[in-house]
Amino acid sequence: FFCYFLPFNEHFEQAPMYVAVFTYLGFGVGTLFGYLRDFMRAWGLEKCHLATEREEQKDFVPLYQDFENFYTRNLYMRIRDNWNRPICSVPGPQFDLMERVTDDFNWTFRFTGRCIKDVINMGSYNYLGFAETDANALKTVADVLQRYGTGVCSTRQEMGNIDKHVELENLVARFLDVEAAMVFGMGFATNSMNIPALVGKGCLILSDELNHTSLVLGARLSGATIRVFKHNNMQSLEKLLRDAIAHGQPRSHRAWKKILILVEGIYSMEGSIVRLPEIVTLKKKYKAYLYLDEAHSIGAVGPTGRGVVEYFGMDPDDVDVLMGTFTKSFGAAGGYIAGKKELVDFLRTHSHSATYATSMCPPVAEQIIRAMKCVMGLDGTTQGLQRVCQLSENTRYFRQRLHEMGFIVYGNDDSPVVPLLLYMPGKIGAFARRMLDKNIGVVVVGFPATPIGESRARFCVSAAHTREMLDTVLNALDELGDFLHLKYSRHSRSSHPELYNETSFELED
Amino acid sequence: MMAAAGVGQQWVLVEMVQAFYEAPAYHLILEGILILWIIRLLFSKTYKLQERSDLTPKEKEELIEEWQPEPLVPPVSKDHPALNYSVVSGPPSHKIIVNGKECINFASFNFLGLLDNERVKNAAQASLKKYGVGTCGPRGFYGTFDVHLELEDRLAKFMRTEESIMYSYGFATIASAIPAYSKRGDIVFVDEAACFAIQKGLQASRSNIKLFKHNDMADLEQLLKEQELEDQKNPRKARVTRRFILAEGLYMNTGDICPLPELIKLKYKYKVRIFLEESLSFGVLGEHGRGVTEHFGINIDDIDLISANMENSLASIGGFCCGRSFVIDHQRLSGQGYCFSASLPPLLAAAAIEALNIMEENPDIFQVLREKCKRIHKALQRISGLVVVGESFSPALHLQLEETTGSRENDMKLLKRIVDYCMNRGIALTQARYLEKEEKCLPPPSIRVVVTVEQTEQELDNAALIIREAAQSVLN
Repeated sequence: FFCYFLPFNEHFEQAPMYVAVFTYLGFGVGTLFGYLRDFMRAWGLEKCHLATEREEQKDFVPLYQDFENFYTRNLYMRIRDNWNRPICSVPGPQFDLMERVTDDFNWTFRFTGRCIKDVINMGSYNYLGFAETDANALKTVADVLQRYGTGVCSTRQEMGNIDKHVELENLVARFLDVEAAMVFGMGFATNSMNIPALVGKGCLILSDELNHTSLVLGARLSGATIRVFKHNNMQSLEKLLRDAIAHGQPRSHRAWKKILILVEGIYSMEGSIVRLPEIVTLKKKYKAYLYLDEAHSIGAVGPTGRGVVEYFGMDPDDVDVLMGTFTKSFGAAGGYIAGKKELVDFLRTHSHSATYATSMCPPVAEQIIRAMKCVMGLDGTTQGLQRVCQLSENTRYFRQRLHEMGFIVYGNDDSPVVPLLLYMPGKIGAFARRMLDKNIGVVVVGFPATPIGESRARFCVSAAHTREMLDTVLNALDELGDFLHLKYSRHSRSSHPELYNETSFELED
Repeated sequence: MMAAAGVGQQWVLVEMVQAFYEAPAYHLILEGILILWIIRLLFSKTYKLQERSDLTPKEKEELIEEWQPEPLVPPVSKDHPALNYSVVSGPPSHKIIVNGKECINFASFNFLGLLDNERVKNAAQASLKKYGVGTCGPRGFYGTFDVHLELEDRLAKFMRTEESIMYSYGFATIASAIPAYSKRGDIVFVDEAACFAIQKGLQASRSNIKLFKHNDMADLEQLLKEQELEDQKNPRKARVTRRFILAEGLYMNTGDICPLPELIKLKYKYKVRIFLEESLSFGVLGEHGRGVTEHFGINIDDIDLISANMENSLASIGGFCCGRSFVIDHQRLSGQGYCFSASLPPLLAAAAIEALNIMEENPDIFQVLREKCKRIHKALQRISGLVVVGESFSPALHLQLEETTGSRENDMKLLKRIVDYCMNRGIALTQARYLEKEEKCLPPPSIRVVVTVEQTEQELDNAALIIREAAQSVLN
């Protein structure tokens, strides 16, 4: 197959068997207690904190089925304080959290009025560190805000196409080295409103197992047939392609109108990078089209921050639809789609977002313009390149130290999204709370965002993190890893890999 | 020991044979058939759901070679009406510069004129200094700021409901709220003229959709009666099928108001829940701008969910849903646009809070706005060739052709000429844009006329005059 110019190191180590046993045991105990508590609540032995239906509407069909919310009521509610934590400062490398206490085991929260200051932020998507309040840096944004105001009050096709949008679109096209680009007001909506415009009934969508909800929603709304291939698995994708073209549409066997492959640049829950060269080879061989969602990878990978296309040294023309968001690396909001001029012209006339949804607001557009100019070096400094290099260095250091300590960490060595596996449900709450006690804010994810037996803590490394901050976090992780017995890895790597020959592929089919 | 075991075994064998003889015939036959069936299943070939057809590898290769896909996008003609956007230089406020011409803005939904307001801009500037621009995360992962919580609180207090939830994009608000409650198998009765966001929300929910004629309560009652008959046939299913009526306060596509008191009567008679979409009526109708519930004097708890976007009256970006905690809290874990998308930039939230403050301090602007709407509605009557569509107090009116030429394309060309004529004389108008192939009930082509509180009476009269002239010059 294709051989990569750089080593492609991805790891998805499996934990020892006893971990899986204890995980399911933990969920089992939780479920049993859940049934017990539901029983007690139904019989009035325990106070029910849930909101209830109005008296006048008690004989209506119930809005929610009891079992739908079982998981929420009984398992999620116990550790609910680890999510939706409100902050009261800029989400930079350090932030201030609002102190929240609960008097009734997470059913309601109350703010004490105090702020926990200077918590190290390992959760926000601030890859290049553009979430900043430096007055100099934000000067142009403040000017645009003063001149244009905050609203737009119209759609792109009507009266909402402002000169800032035109400027931004030209800049994005230049940044990505493509013919044209179009920007939208929300990243999620970019996917869910443009995929239906590109494909419809009679087309086939081949989507990766672990695609983001916005891609899945866009694919569903389009009405095309959807087939799922195993995560990053090229054999599975090729098999689907061959079968699809040979057999045609189900039951009628007519030829497919188009085949669209949906993949992401970096997968946000796994930290894996898409195998782009292989997918492009496949797509050219079978005449399919490729839609690449670079929400997490634009600005974060690649020698100059141009995303996975640059990371693999490929030509942006090989990808038919380049999509990305500005929320993560550029510290703003919104999304874009870029590609050939015909594609962008078609989207200008047929996209749901351009016709019915408000366009991006001008100050946000200005923030993207200034961040992008910084990354491209157009502002006359090398700050952008420095940020990209700093991010890459931080990523490598962080991942390497975690591997050395013996944690199971998923994903590619170059991805700034670092999932650290926790597995057991009890450890999710313990991990997040203890890290907060040490003044470090982490993000933990469990079911249903991840498979039920693979809960994890997800770190997002940022270019704004200094070596000291990363060391603080790593020391805290070391301590906590020993305390909670999180160091499951059986392949801890030594810190001197050059001392012996280690193969760099660990492909799991 | 062994002998005893042997005897024991023999005993068991004898018992078995005895049982065999004593068993009734049908029992033996049934067992025999079952055994034969099991043997057959064991030896028959397994079959897969996806057809494993008999293509030889060579045939497969040929088919793969021959297949030609359509181009990714069909070519778009250069003079497609929606291709060339008008470029606005500077803010889209009361005086707007479109394509280099300075005009009075009759096209942006800036109803209360808050786009240009100094207080709103100052609040946004303060927020910019404190928080930067983006939130860098969804609400669940450190994307919740104190400004978001404050705005949700203020909106709930303003609308006098228990709780409200905020989204970062107006379109995504109703398109995420509907699938959170209505699932496959549920029934939704929706008006024909519902806007596109509602249609997408319904499509994502996979529920059964029943359209009733625009604002026709008799038609809706008919559909509800039919549904009741269906329910009686299958009461078990009916007990778990949720039912919703979806209506807009002020319809975007027709400028009409929904008959809310009748809807409430139908709600309690047939036990259906009501979801209301108030994007155009929030900040316009009602004594204090609380929308269509205040306009009709209805208890807001009677409506299960009110959804509105902040992009019209509040001149910000985003949307919100408000209602009782019982209903709204569910969206915090199942609203897709809320859980899986980054939260609203804090400067926009701060702008919205300040806009709400202004709305609460000056409750008389709503009456002023309605007066202006009535004025222009009256002034645009009796233009030969054009028909005004919309209520007299609706700030977003449509001007449709009285007599269509027969083809939508030609109608749109005529309307474009009227718009250009007005643009050249300093009135910025726009055609209402739709996706022709995607809409369920495509409205006829029209020109949008939007009234804002900043337009003076002279400007309104002038605009009506110019539109009259334009219609005369183009249509005669």
